[in-house]
Amino acid sequence: MLITQLKSKETIESLAEGKIVIINCHGCKEVYFAEHEADELQKELSASKEVTKIITTDYICNPDNLKLQLKKHMDVINAADTILVFSCGVGIQTVADQFQEKRVYSCCDTYKLPGFQGVTALNVDCGQCGECYLNGTGGICPITACSKSLINGQCGGAKNGMCEVDKDMECGWERIYRKLEKMNKLENMKYDAPKVRNFGISKEK
Amino acid sequence: MRITELFEKGEFVVTAEVGPPKGVEIDHLIKDAHEFLKTRVHALNVTDNQSSVMRTGSLATCKVLKDEGLLPIFQITCRDRNRIALQSDVLSAALLGIENLLLLTGDYTTLGDHPQAKPVFDLDSVSLIHAVKCLEQGFDLAGNAVDGKPPKFAKGAVVSPCSDSVDVQLAKMEAKVKAGCEYFQTQGVFEPDKFMEFMEKAKQFGVPVQLGLIIPKNVGMCRYMNGNVAGVHVPDDMIEELKADKEKTKAGDTGVEICARLIKECKDYCQGIHIMSLGWENRIPEILDMAGIAPVAK
Repeated sequence: MLITQLKSKETIESLAEGKIVIINCHGCKEVYFAEHEADELQKELSASKEVTKIITTDYICNPDNLKLQLKKHMDVINAADTILVFSCGVGIQTVADQFQEKRVYSCCDTYKLPGFQGVTALNVDCGQCGECYLNGTGGICPITACSKSLINGQCGGAKNGMCEVDKDMECGWERIYRKLEKMNKLENMKYDAPKVRNFGISKEK
Repeated sequence: MRITELFEKGEFVVTAEVGPPKGVEIDHLIKDAHEFLKTRVHALNVTDNQSSVMRTGSLATCKVLKDEGLLPIFQITCRDRNRIALQSDVLSAALLGIENLLLLTGDYTTLGDHPQAKPVFDLDSVSLIHAVKCLEQGFDLAGNAVDGKPPKFAKGAVVSPCSDSVDVQLAKMEAKVKAGCEYFQTQGVFEPDKFMEFMEKAKQFGVPVQLGLIIPKNVGMCRYMNGNVAGVHVPDDMIEELKADKEKTKAGDTGVEICARLIKECKDYCQGIHIMSLGWENRIPEILDMAGIAPVAK
């Protein structure tokens, strides 16, 4: 799941040159969009700049859908100098690819959020590492529950069971150890060959 | 010389920690090492961007100390280098004749002075020990042969005996031993009872342990450590002791006495000591004298 956050008003104003078309991408289940804030900012922008059209649509990340959705607006888009896109990082890339000659600018920063499709719990996350460790760790993910994504046990940074990186976060390895203790499976902590991640198969950046 | 040879001979191994400066003026560090440490400690740990604060490198500082006739321990963390750079630096250490390693996971980047930096943690302390062991056996971590005679090191690691989750720490300690760790230095200890209890459980691994010591400089420092430093707890009576005679504490004498006392109480339970003096290197000879630790034979 992704969350978009608007860039600062100053940044967006500095991008807004000449005739401007704004494209908003709403409605995607994977992305939380700052709808209200974007609306407010676009009203202000319309008052101070030459905004010729505000288009609100969905799934601009799909090139065929994007073409279809913009078909009826092509005259105003062709006449525009700048296209400001309020979407996730995938949407803006599709628009930029579609309009090779235009100045297409992103007005949002995109972050990753735990969970999928907006209905999953936010307190657990999958790092999509491609080599799932959960069977050995009592169902608690060392990749996402440990700040350092350690796979061979606790570092020296836990204090009162909390993580050195985020004092509001429980130490993932403390949780794993206590869970294995309850499961009578502490033997999982004893292994002869140290585990080594394979980043060659992981999509994690 | 590898410090494991000293443990094997039954020596009570004394080491101290020095931190490279932020900059290349290293004369002060060398002068202190000669004046206060050379005849009193067997080896000197050189920290690796300690507390995630960028400084001159550990390996280069180790080489400088070695050229000065001191025995350096190259501390390596997994925070700033991936497995390619880590193994490369381990081989570089061998090339420079540095034979003692202390292998650590490392503090997180956001705790230091470059919180925007990308944290690496490609390996961790356990897999780093494993990687060094592989190199000693003539192969890198990917299984490729290393040309020529393989290097040989004393492979050390750390453990927190006074951690509030000491059982979790012991599990990690066992993983380190299985991976090839040959000696341990501990986090700073202020509670001898907890240390002895820990050693009772740790002795099954059959690996020498050096008691870690931090000189308690003042009450503020102790309170800060209690609130913020993992695995360290200064008990209330020790804080009261530091409060009792303000002048004596200000002169550093209370901290020196506490340190010496901790050594005396714990030395029969461990195979050496490791002093993290945090700039108070000049007080180390006094601590050792007070604790009855003789100068080292050179």
